[in-house]
Amino acid sequence: MSVGTSGGPPSAAARKVAEALAPLQLSGEHHLCPGCGHPVAWRLLLEVISELELSTKAIGVVGHGCYTNIVSLADIDFLQCLHGRAPAVATGVKRVRPEAAVFTLQGDGDLASEGLAEVLHAAARGERITVIMLNNGVFGDTGGQMTAASVVGQRTKTSLDGREPEDHGYPVPVADLVAALPGVAYVARGAVNNAGSIAKTKRYMKRAFQVAVEGEGFSFVEVLTMCPTGWFLPTADGPGYLEGTFEKTFPLGALKGS
Amino acid sequence: MPARLLQGSDAVAQAAIAAGCRFFAGYPMLPFTDLLESMAKRMPAAGGVCMNAESEIEAVNMTLGAGAAGSRAATGSCGQGIALMQEAIAEAALNEVPFVVFNMARGQQDYFQCTRGGGWGDYRTICLAPKDVTEAVEQTQLLFHLADLYRAPVIMYGDYLISHTYMSVDVEPVEFGPLPPKDWALDGTRGGTGRSRQIWTWAMGKANDPGPGPDLHWQRIADKFEDVARAEQRWESFSCEDADTVIVSFGTAAPFVEQVVGELRSDGCPVGAFRPVSLWPFPEAALSDACASASKVLVFEVNAGQMIDDVRLAIGGRVPVVPIGRVSIDFSGMRQGEILTVPWIRDRVRGLIGEGALR
Ligand SMILES: Cc1ncc(C[n+]2csc(CCOP(=O)(O)OP(=O)(O)O)c2C)c(N)n1
Ligand code: SF4
Repeated sequence: MSVGTSGGPPSAAARKVAEALAPLQLSGEHHLCPGCGHPVAWRLLLEVISELELSTKAIGVVGHGCYTNIVSLADIDFLQCLHGRAPAVATGVKRVRPEAAVFTLQGDGDLASEGLAEVLHAAARGERITVIMLNNGVFGDTGGQMTAASVVGQRTKTSLDGREPEDHGYPVPVADLVAALPGVAYVARGAVNNAGSIAKTKRYMKRAFQVAVEGEGFSFVEVLTMCPTGWFLPTADGPGYLEGTFEKTFPLGALKGS
Repeated sequence: MPARLLQGSDAVAQAAIAAGCRFFAGYPMLPFTDLLESMAKRMPAAGGVCMNAESEIEAVNMTLGAGAAGSRAATGSCGQGIALMQEAIAEAALNEVPFVVFNMARGQQDYFQCTRGGGWGDYRTICLAPKDVTEAVEQTQLLFHLADLYRAPVIMYGDYLISHTYMSVDVEPVEFGPLPPKDWALDGTRGGTGRSRQIWTWAMGKANDPGPGPDLHWQRIADKFEDVARAEQRWESFSCEDADTVIVSFGTAAPFVEQVVGELRSDGCPVGAFRPVSLWPFPEAALSDACASASKVLVFEVNAGQMIDDVRLAIGGRVPVVPIGRVSIDFSGMRQGEILTVPWIRDRVRGLIGEGALR
């Protein structure tokens, strides 16, 4: 296992950024674990929606997971739906409100495990929606079990000795599957484990929203995020573990469109 | 518009569109398929959307999305397909998203499925069962109204006789009275104003406007379904006033039973017929009243005995409640044939009330 170091406590500047509310954020309080990557991804999402001036057009559809807490914290319309079904629900929303910027926010458990059919068909139909998958390789909310995106060798509560392909099969590279489909306009994979990746991920999200809103087709951004709790790691070791394992299995960058 | 000869499914499709339905999604399964095809044909001209979804799970969730965004929306299937939809029907009941589900069933074995659901949580679904195409057209429009009135998913329990029968019907928009505004529907326009909206089964609210939370939210929904149970019972009874035997049946089986009752009445036999039009809420008090003079209640349904549970609850053990239907072995695969005939039902009733009942 490759584990990075945190480099000490956050700098004053970093703390200032973290403490300032993003646009469209109603509160800084959340009940996610320290070191969780999801709040960083939430923030990027809200910044992008605000910068593209989509706040009075955005309708978010979320599934079930730790990330679902955004529904209470963000000042945009949200519909919470059944585990995995968000792309189907978002399709219904978008078809009757074509003027809206409709997006889903889902975890890898939600999307890669339970909702793979929904996302692939929405992509194949070329629905003008943006799907964002927060991939931490575990079911965070239920306490760290193996998902379809857990990487080979990953220890989870249901793969205690590490994910073993012979027993558990291989992780599903959802972004690559989606990118292979014709109705899809844009696919990228980013991460939130360091400042450089965060900046790039924001650009990917921005492009993904633009593409869908302009009617070019389906767009998809996978975001690798940290779950130190589900990874059985000290908080500070999350970013390094992400880089050493997840990025190897799921390489970062734009996969389709520019 | 003058009445026209229409296939049942097509009449239902036209009634749905007349009621303002602008989103429909489905996955083929006979006899529901005809409705899906009719919708696919008619929706574009009405400015609506019809989705040939990749599964029933997708179809119902698309419909939930369209309903949450404020559109009048519908989906449908039958039997196994409705089973797949139950997770979203329950979810919609709990997060209060209205839409209509058309169960164009293969028979009467979906009674439990339609009235008891199979999803999670303390919810009920209004379920109406038409006896013929004319009534299916009326109920289609009423169901869209009830869905919006109560912010809930509702079910029409039709079947292949409704779906495939040609009947001369008149499809005109019907006015059912005022409805509350759909100010809860998500349109995305309030983001950043502090008044953005949320539809969430747990009703946790926004940080600046905490919602009721699950306990109060679910209690309110439970109370709502109690109100619905009182207000929306519908039924029809036929010569029950002095009946010694009342025969209870629902949906397209009921006209066969009515025919038998008419024939036995003219033979001087004191029988009556009762039909719950709303399967949930079940018209318990009306059935109990209709059976006031009865010494026996017979239940005819084309299944192994499902509605009979509701009949027994309504009768409360006062008189015997006897099943006279059964699972049909009809080879059409629709499970409606063999026993759904007037002579078959008449023989069963005669056998049970005894020749002594004939004056
Ligand atoms: C149909 C259904 N099955 C299972 C669950 C339980 N459940 C709630 S959250 C969750 C895991 C979410 O994992 P993921 O989508 O990866 O998001 P994370 O919690 O990691 O952010 C599961 C399995 C559920 N809510 N619904
Ligand atoms: S369990 Fe994992 S995903 Fe959930 S809040 Fe904690 S760190 Fe984040």
